[in-house]
Formats: sequence, C-alpha cells, structure tokens
Amino acid sequence: MYTIPLPQIGTDVAWRDAAKRLIGAGVSPNDVLWDHGGNMGELFATGTPLPPPTRRIKAPQSFVQMAETVVWHKDPQRFARLYGLLWRLRHENGLMQDRADPDLARLRQMEKAVRRCQHKMKAFVRFRDLRQGGERRSFAAWFEPTHHTVEPTAPFFARRFADMDWMIATPDVTVQFVDGNLSFHPGQPKPDLPEDSAEALWGTYFCNIFNPARLKVQAMTSEMPKKYWKNLPEAQHIQSLIAGAEEKVQQMREAGPTIPPDRAQRILDRLHQKDPDVDE
Amino acid sequence: MAQLDLSEKLAILSDAARYDASCASSGTARRDSRDGKGLGSTEGSGICHSYAPDGRCISLLKILMTNFCIYDCAYCINRVSSNVRRARFSVDEVVQLTIEFYRRNYIEGLFLSSGIIRSPDATMSDMVRIAKRLREDEAFRGYIHLKTIPDAAPELVEQAGLYADRLSINVELPTERGIQAYAPEKNPATIRKAMGDVKAHKAVANDRSFRGKRPKRFAPAGQSTQMIVGADGSSDATILGQSTQLYGDYGLRRVYYSAFSPIPDASANLPLIKPPLIREHRLYQADWLLRFYGFDVGEITAGRSDGNLDLDMDPKLAWALQNRAVFPINVNRASKELLLRVPGFGTRTVGRILQTRRHRTLRYEDLTRMGASLKKARAFITAQGWTPGALTDSADLRARFAPPPEQLSLF
Repeated sequence: MYTIPLPQIGTDVAWRDAAKRLIGAGVSPNDVLWDHGGNMGELFATGTPLPPPTRRIKAPQSFVQMAETVVWHKDPQRFARLYGLLWRLRHENGLMQDRADPDLARLRQMEKAVRRCQHKMKAFVRFRDLRQGGERRSFAAWFEPTHHTVEPTAPFFARRFADMDWMIATPDVTVQFVDGNLSFHPGQPKPDLPEDSAEALWGTYFCNIFNPARLKVQAMTSEMPKKYWKNLPEAQHIQSLIAGAEEKVQQMREAGPTIPPDRAQRILDRLHQKDPDVDE
Repeated sequence: MAQLDLSEKLAILSDAARYDASCASSGTARRDSRDGKGLGSTEGSGICHSYAPDGRCISLLKILMTNFCIYDCAYCINRVSSNVRRARFSVDEVVQLTIEFYRRNYIEGLFLSSGIIRSPDATMSDMVRIAKRLREDEAFRGYIHLKTIPDAAPELVEQAGLYADRLSINVELPTERGIQAYAPEKNPATIRKAMGDVKAHKAVANDRSFRGKRPKRFAPAGQSTQMIVGADGSSDATILGQSTQLYGDYGLRRVYYSAFSPIPDASANLPLIKPPLIREHRLYQADWLLRFYGFDVGEITAGRSDGNLDLDMDPKLAWALQNRAVFPINVNRASKELLLRVPGFGTRTVGRILQTRRHRTLRYEDLTRMGASLKKARAFITAQGWTPGALTDSADLRARFAPPPEQLSLF
C-alpha cells in the first residue's frame, strides 16, 4: 500500500512524477491512496517510499494533456481516476479515442469543468489599484474559484498584465507577479483592498449598455452564475436594473414622438444641398 | 449647456452604443506583453468579462465617440431629429477609459463607433487618432474594433485597419428600399464599396513582397456587419439571402442580427414593438446552418410560404420534419454531411462520432456521452440497439417538439 502526499502548490508535477514511478513498478490502482494538501492526516500514512523511477513510461499525448488539466479539479478522487485510466491504457490501445468510454467520459467532463473555471477566472477577476507609486503600477484582487485553478491560469495574467505588478489572493493559493516574476504562496482570508474610483465608472457603463427592452435574466445567470456576483463590482446594480426594466420600456412606449430640435432641418438641408445624389 | 463630467458622458455614449449587437473579441492575431513594454494580450478566443441582464456578453468597452449626428435614420436613437442628450468624448478620455478599464480586467478592449459629425472624413480621422494613440503611445496590445464610416476616404480606412483588429460597417436594413425609406442619407452602394475596400486591403496585406517580407497585418479579425430585424417588412428569406451574399462577396466574418428594439424618443415612422427576440435567435441558428452545416438558404426557408422561419422550433429540426424521407440515418455508416443534418447533433458531436466509430460500433447510450441531444435526434437515427420504428414518420412528431399550446386565462 502506498499513500502519496501531494502538495497544494505544484500538484501537477508531483502527481505526474508519482504516477510515472508507480506505473513503472506495476503498482495496481487498488494499492494507492492519494493525499492532496495533507487532508488525510496521519490515519492513512503508510510511509512506504515511492518506487524509484525505472524505465521511460509512455502514455498517449492526449492523456498527458488531459491529466495536466484534471489534476486541478476539486474532486478528491481525481488522482485515483487518472491513475486508473493510465493503468488501463497499458493494454487498451485506442482507449483515448473512445469518446463513449464511461471512465474517460467522466475525466473529459472534469477537464471541461476545470477549463470553464479557468475561463471564468480570466473573465471575472477584478483588480483594484493599490496606488503605491513607484515605477510600476500595482493592483490586487480577491477571487474565489470553484476548482484549484489559480496556478494553471496565472500565466495568462502574466502574459496580459506584464507591465504592472499584481496579486490575486484566493482561499487556497495566492499568486504574485512582481517585476516580471511569478510566485505562488499559501492562500489567505479576504484582504482589505483600498476603494477604487474606477469601479463607479464601470458600474455606470454596465447600467447604460444594458437594453431594458431585451430582459433575459436566465441568459445572464447561466454565463455569470450568482456565486461570482459577490466579487464583481458591477453585480450590485443587477437587481435594480431588472426591477426597473419594464417601467423604462413602458415610458418609451408612452412618450409620443417629439418635435425635432431646430437645428435638425438646417443640418439636413445643408447635407442634401452638398450632395444632391444622396436624396434622389 | 452645462459641461458634462466623464461619468455623464460615459452614460450617454454607452447608452447610445447598446444597439450594436457585436461584442466579439475573438479570432484575431495572437499578441501578448511578456516583454514588459506594453499592456494586453489577445489569445484567439475572446473573453466575456460580464453579462448584462439582457443576456448579452460584455467583452469590450462599447462606446460612441460622439452621438451628435448629421444623418436622420429613423431606427436610430442618435438621428439628427431626436431630442436625446448629446455628448462628445475627447481623444484623451477614450484612451484613458480604455486603459484603466483594461488594467482592472473589466474588458478585452475597445469597440469605438460614432455618429457622423461635420463630415465622414473628419469623423473617421478622429477615430483613427484614438486607435493610433492606444497602439503607439500606450503600447496597448488588447483588442480594438472600429466602425468604418461610410464615405470616409480609403486612406483613412487603410490606416484604421492597421491599428484595429476588426472593422465593421452596418448595412442596417436588408433591402435597398428599406435603406432609402429609413436611412435616406445612407447609400447602399457606398456601404458596399467600403466593405469591398476592406476586403481588398486585407488581400494586399496577405501578399509577401518579392523578398518574402510580409506587410503589416490588416484587421486580422476581419470585418463584420449588422442588420436590423423587424423594422421593415423583409422576410427571413430576404435577410438570409442578403447574408449569404455578404459572406460570399466580402468575406465577412460575421453578420449580426439585431431585433429592432424600442428606443427613447422614437421616430413617428416606426412602430414601437416588442423586439422580436425569438426571430432574431432563429436567424442566428439559420446563419450557423449556412456557415457550418452545409445548408443553403433555399432549403432552410422552403418550409413556409411567407419565407419566414418557424418560430416554434429550430430551423434544422423544422427542415428534418419537412424532409423525413432522408431519415432515419445510421450513425455507424452515414457520411459526415448527413450526420450534420441530424437535429440534436452539433459539429462537435459529429466529430466525436466519426472518431469513435473507427474503433467500434456505436450504441444508442454512447451518443449521450458524446454530447448529442437525443430527445431531438432519436426519431431521425438508427444505432446499435436502437431504431425509431414508425416514430420517424408518425403524424404527431411535430407536435412532440412544438411548444404546447398556451393555456388561456380569464381576464
């Protein structure tokens, strides 16, 4: 029996290394327990050292790519599920192409969930200006992802916001980008970030780009689920926009046509004179 | 008039921009700022940073440079004869708003449009100046979408394409008659010419010089346009016919359909109806069938004598119900073209079916795991362990899919 401890930071590399050694030594999935972030405690610790790396292990590229994403899922069974599939792949050629295999379908679903979570993180992180002066501007955000997506998503922010310093704090991992260097630290409770006046302008934009004649609340919540709202500054306006929509449209209907401003005819006359072809 | 502050201007000029449906930020060249000397990145797929309660994605800061306009288009809130409040951003204000919103991760970039002030050239050159400032002074590498102004000089359009990822010009109404009636200052011929110019510039930018050097990329995310649905009497067949022509003639990336929606201070010439949102949705579905599923306009719109799409069900299902002789098809043997015609199968499902059936025979249960919607598909397919029997030809098949009749209530 092996109990494999996996760290919170660098989970992907640690899992891959352990899986390679275990598969190389022919250890069956039934003889492995995976312990992420020390959650299992002492109870199941076996102390059996990992088998040494033996030979080069081959696995399909598509499996390796899938595993790199699935390890960040929050399901405690993810490591066991991945190892179980890797075990089957030793003898089942073409398994990765079978889109209907239940084990693989489950892992693909988990992969999709992590990708969606990464995508939502790219979309919904909101930075606040820390106004610290200095050559590079600095920003910080608090975010609560569904899966362990900070580490695999951080490089995206580094590619995008490379000319400023920033930090994204979450309950399990905090990522910092200072002077072009990315580093990961343990998670933390929600920090007190300074008020940022840009949020009011962003709220103004959010309220005015909304068209009250096209209310489709479900289309909004399916893409921007309520669990994200508490960290989105614009979300505080949603309730009142929905409540006032019907009335606004009613007002538009009831207001009759108005008399055009004086300048309108002058401008149109001049325009039509200049280019007689337009109004033929 | 009192001086407006930035927040008031933003309110007026985003309100004025919300009738443009496009907010796409995808499909452009890949860029990033890893070198630490600029701001922003674009990585193929766009990102929707927020959603308004109208269900629309907010990806870009979509604003008008100004809503003053010398044209009098009946459907437009900014027409010269409207009494809407007017405002105008300075170049600096647009640049600062874009950069500060971008740094806080609110947006993917800027979508800048404008009312027509003084002259088309003057308007276009102001817009180009904003894009140039963003790219050259601020080293901004995010997404920029610029509206091209009809009748603007070709040199200005050329410059715009060097700074912007996407250019667009709206045809607004699907027929020339519609444009003459509701947008008398616009000229369909010049709109087409502007689209043709963009296409030509793009083609030139793809040619290498004799030394193999590639010229600077021109509007890498291509061009798009928008048609208003439900303002004039055009049928869906007319609208889709127009789209097909636009996709073909000008290589457009997207045609957007925008349900005509009530606007404040409406013109007396246009009725303030409830926006036809379902019709708009069906047009998008049909547009997808045209571009990715191998359908042509005639097939999709043949079902009804008035040339409109069936509002009760999606156009692919409606087509299948009208052409039951084609079905059921065998998922283990049918060609890709036929699989794409099965209601409930998307392009991805079809890809998965083709991949898996090389290795083994597909059973009915397998299809669920491949993302098919079997509620729709089951009547039209056979698989191992499944035949629809008489279901395909049953008289009440349509009734199973159409929404149930609405119950009447006392009033």
